[in-house]
Amino acid sequence: MSCEIFSINGPVIKLKGASTLEMMESVRVGRQELIGEVVGVKGDETVVQVYEDTSGLKPGEPAKGTGGPMSIELGPGLLYNVFDGIARSLKAVEKHSGAFIARGLNVGALDRDKKWNVTLKVKEGDMIDIGTIYAECPETGIITHHCPSPVKGIARNVVADGFYSVNDAILEVVDAKGRITVLTLMQTWAIRKPRPVKERLPISMPLITGQRIIDTLFPIAKGGCAAVPGPFGAGKTIIQHQLAKWSDADIIIYLGCGERGNEMTQVLEEFGELQDPKSGKPLLERTVLLANTSNMPVAAREASVYTGMTIAEYYRDMGYHVALMADSTSRWAEALREISGRLEEMPAEEGFPAYLPSRLAEFYERGGYMSVLSGREGSVTVIGAVSPQGGDFSEPVTQNTKRFVRAFWALDRSLAYARHFPSINWISSYSEYIDDLAPWYESRLGWEFFELRQRISRLLMEESRLVEIVKLIGADILPDDQKLIIEVARLVRVGFLQQNAYHETDTYVPLEKQKKMLEVYLHFYDSARVLVERSIPIGQLRDTGISDELIRIKYDTPNDNLKVFDVYKEKIDKAIASVLETNTT
Amino acid sequence: MRMEYIGVSEINGPLLVLEGVYGVGYDEMCDIVLESGEHRAGRVIMLEGDRAVVQVFQGTHGLSLENLATYFYGRPIQLPLSREILGRMFNGSGKPVDGLGKIYSQEYRDINGSAINPISRKYPRSCIYTGISAIDGMSTLIQGQKLPIFSGSGMRHNELAAQIVRQARVPEGDGEFAIVFAAMGVKNDAADFFRRDFEEAGALQRVVMFMNLAADPIIERILTPRCALTAAEFLAFVCGYHVLVIMTDMTSYCESLREFSSSKGEIPSRKGFPSYLYSDLASLYERAGIIEGLPGSVTQVPILTMPNDDITHPIPDLTGYITEGQIVLDRELDQAKLYPPIAVLPSLSRLMKDGIGKGFTREDHPALANQLFSSYAKVQEARSLAGVIGEDELSPADKKYLEFGKLFEEGFVRQTSQDDREISQTLDTGWEALSVLPPGELDRVDVPLLQKYYKKEIAPLDPSQPPGSAITI
Repeated sequence: MSCEIFSINGPVIKLKGASTLEMMESVRVGRQELIGEVVGVKGDETVVQVYEDTSGLKPGEPAKGTGGPMSIELGPGLLYNVFDGIARSLKAVEKHSGAFIARGLNVGALDRDKKWNVTLKVKEGDMIDIGTIYAECPETGIITHHCPSPVKGIARNVVADGFYSVNDAILEVVDAKGRITVLTLMQTWAIRKPRPVKERLPISMPLITGQRIIDTLFPIAKGGCAAVPGPFGAGKTIIQHQLAKWSDADIIIYLGCGERGNEMTQVLEEFGELQDPKSGKPLLERTVLLANTSNMPVAAREASVYTGMTIAEYYRDMGYHVALMADSTSRWAEALREISGRLEEMPAEEGFPAYLPSRLAEFYERGGYMSVLSGREGSVTVIGAVSPQGGDFSEPVTQNTKRFVRAFWALDRSLAYARHFPSINWISSYSEYIDDLAPWYESRLGWEFFELRQRISRLLMEESRLVEIVKLIGADILPDDQKLIIEVARLVRVGFLQQNAYHETDTYVPLEKQKKMLEVYLHFYDSARVLVERSIPIGQLRDTGISDELIRIKYDTPNDNLKVFDVYKEKIDKAIASVLETNTT
Repeated sequence: MRMEYIGVSEINGPLLVLEGVYGVGYDEMCDIVLESGEHRAGRVIMLEGDRAVVQVFQGTHGLSLENLATYFYGRPIQLPLSREILGRMFNGSGKPVDGLGKIYSQEYRDINGSAINPISRKYPRSCIYTGISAIDGMSTLIQGQKLPIFSGSGMRHNELAAQIVRQARVPEGDGEFAIVFAAMGVKNDAADFFRRDFEEAGALQRVVMFMNLAADPIIERILTPRCALTAAEFLAFVCGYHVLVIMTDMTSYCESLREFSSSKGEIPSRKGFPSYLYSDLASLYERAGIIEGLPGSVTQVPILTMPNDDITHPIPDLTGYITEGQIVLDRELDQAKLYPPIAVLPSLSRLMKDGIGKGFTREDHPALANQLFSSYAKVQEARSLAGVIGEDELSPADKKYLEFGKLFEEGFVRQTSQDDREISQTLDTGWEALSVLPPGELDRVDVPLLQKYYKKEIAPLDPSQPPGSAITI
């Protein structure tokens, strides 16, 4: 079915004479065959958003439908690779057009020539269900790729184990009606359609990140959703990088949606060098990078979050725990707004289209802890950065995102200015996962962990109240017990909540050490109360240098030897004893 | 074949509507010839069937529905380029205005450029010295970075921009250095100031200027940064220069974009700016960078005046989300006659951490900058406390911080517009200020560095003490 271009306005074009095109069908537009997608049909007119720059397009040029919705290729070769928002391999793009991206390139996601060492998991005559793993191959040094079947039927013409490329036929599946489907290592999937699962399971396991403020105060669950809102310069990207590097997910999908080009280069460089703590292999071996930088076409930016989610779901279906880092969902929302404006739709709040909340909900609800069709368990954890306009959290994207995520890590400009990183504000952040995860934490760290956590949060709350008073009248006026609270809270803020992403030991801290640190700080609090009772100023204790030592605890103690923490408790006792002594003599 | 169309069917603001147009492409350039023989340039911004909407760069005054003819070029806007553009001055749409004749071009380039493939980029690591302590020391500019200056009307950003142009240089051995200067909507006086200043400093030979004055047509203003960046990309990736692009004032640019958008009848978004402002700014800022395997680099320092000094206004806000940090000028400092009026705390260079320290500037630079930030943040706390309870009531430690704050602002930040400081001088000045504080307060610097650079005697480290214990004088 052919039709032709009628009008062009930036990325939005209208076609005439195309009554058979479906909504959301993928189309090729113009002589250069630019990639586009149908977003509206009205009488004889079809509205298409184009994923590439439309300069030079002319009315009257041909356009054609591809017969299906916008789909991407899935199969081995996604890991250790970089794609644009519609899953075109950027390495292949570079081969075609050099350092600058040309238009109308028809390159796929996967390398057609590479041979994979395939082991077949089904035999001739086996019954195959949707989701059945029919073949597997080592995709990288860490990850084995399992191919879930997209169809149902009886297997035949199954090849022997051996080396195959993604185009080679592996087996045929004959369904009940006798239709034959040839399966290769590769399949395609429509990005806007969630991949099916058996059932959604309750949340029970945390995603361990090694970041103290997250693991201890505001944890995120495997299969959960978190939002990281913050003004520019507050450190959203660094938090995303830290989680991508250190979280205990099996697979990381890192989505640079409308962000900086240099940042993506940095991720590529760093993740290529950094080693996965479990296997010692480069982190890139468990990572899929999607880079749709801010100067790449806006329509592809809109599609990129679905591309990322589809790849995440694909690996989930193999039984992996996947974390999807989307940096930043605001850029996606703005892409929606931009396209909506071009389509001349009626704007709702702040110019965003009225369907913004439903799109956000659709996206975040694709995350979850699932029992997948092959019978395994897998999860997709979504961590979305939000870049609120003017740093104002009352804007629509932040507010609507808040409704669909259960962990909220609010970044604070004033903390960032004071170089307090990660600049997660401990008063306005929250995690609703804490109750779901309580059994897990208790079985791993003992019941007292929650008590420690509770006490620390209360101390911090109390401090923030006292700081208000101090701002007005100075710290000297406070009674000694409140001065002690301020001092302990300072230790916790600087020693515990601040974490140095660039320090070898401090960049990742295991839960056990986090617990020990809390114990030491609370030991300090409990023991120093003796001084308060005897009206000895806390300043004297600080003068012994013990506070400075406690602040440096994160750098001075190794992550694997937790015995040294007892030494610190002794030191605290000694320091207090010495202060008591000087006051009695 | 060149098609000629006589007359138009509608004129609205800077836009012409032509009917019966065939074979014209989106974004194509055209030449509009008036009956008087005057030429104006235009660009196709929308096509619908046989209707074409054309924006006219020099404005539509004097045009009627019948007194003109339009010729389409069949290609988008291109800029003629050669190495000879160094030392020359152009108007906003890339025509020479210095009376030295036209450019004999080596090649023509589409001014819209195309996106750099993220995997072809090279991560920026080497710095550009500006000779200004507050920038070099605290928010170091890195080759391939985009680092805007957020200013306000009436502050001395022009002087600062001129000083950067005069003093900027790359470390020795890094290669040749050039500057592309794009002025958008600047007043005549300011344009004069820049021209004279570059001339007097003898910097003219390494500068390419694109001048769009405040009274010039707004459509040309939309082209100005694109021409400048195209020239910069050519000088960098073809000729191998390290190019610093200074663009002032981005606020004028964004406002002309808004004016243009509203004349097209587009649905406005925040504060009337078009919804694609982010994508549009990104298409400029993202043209900074270094490409693996090619010589040279493009570094950008866009300057913008924050309307009403409001950093949450859409222009600085969106800019901050795209650029790699920002240098913020402060009204209070400016009024206190502190030059350069750089507010150190909200300023930030995201790429700095990878381009300073051992092998780049000096080993102590990262820790020193970190410590200065953290200590200066405490100065602000002490000051606000002093404002409430009076300076006399402050604790001795807080008094020390006040002293440090003063020394830091007067010795480190303050410098004259002719003062070109070496990086070692900048760092030493920083240590001098820090040495007012007792070493125990310097928690971001490790002991060996402290012993080497702290300006007072420190007792030698007691080997029996565990690492990290407090140091005493």
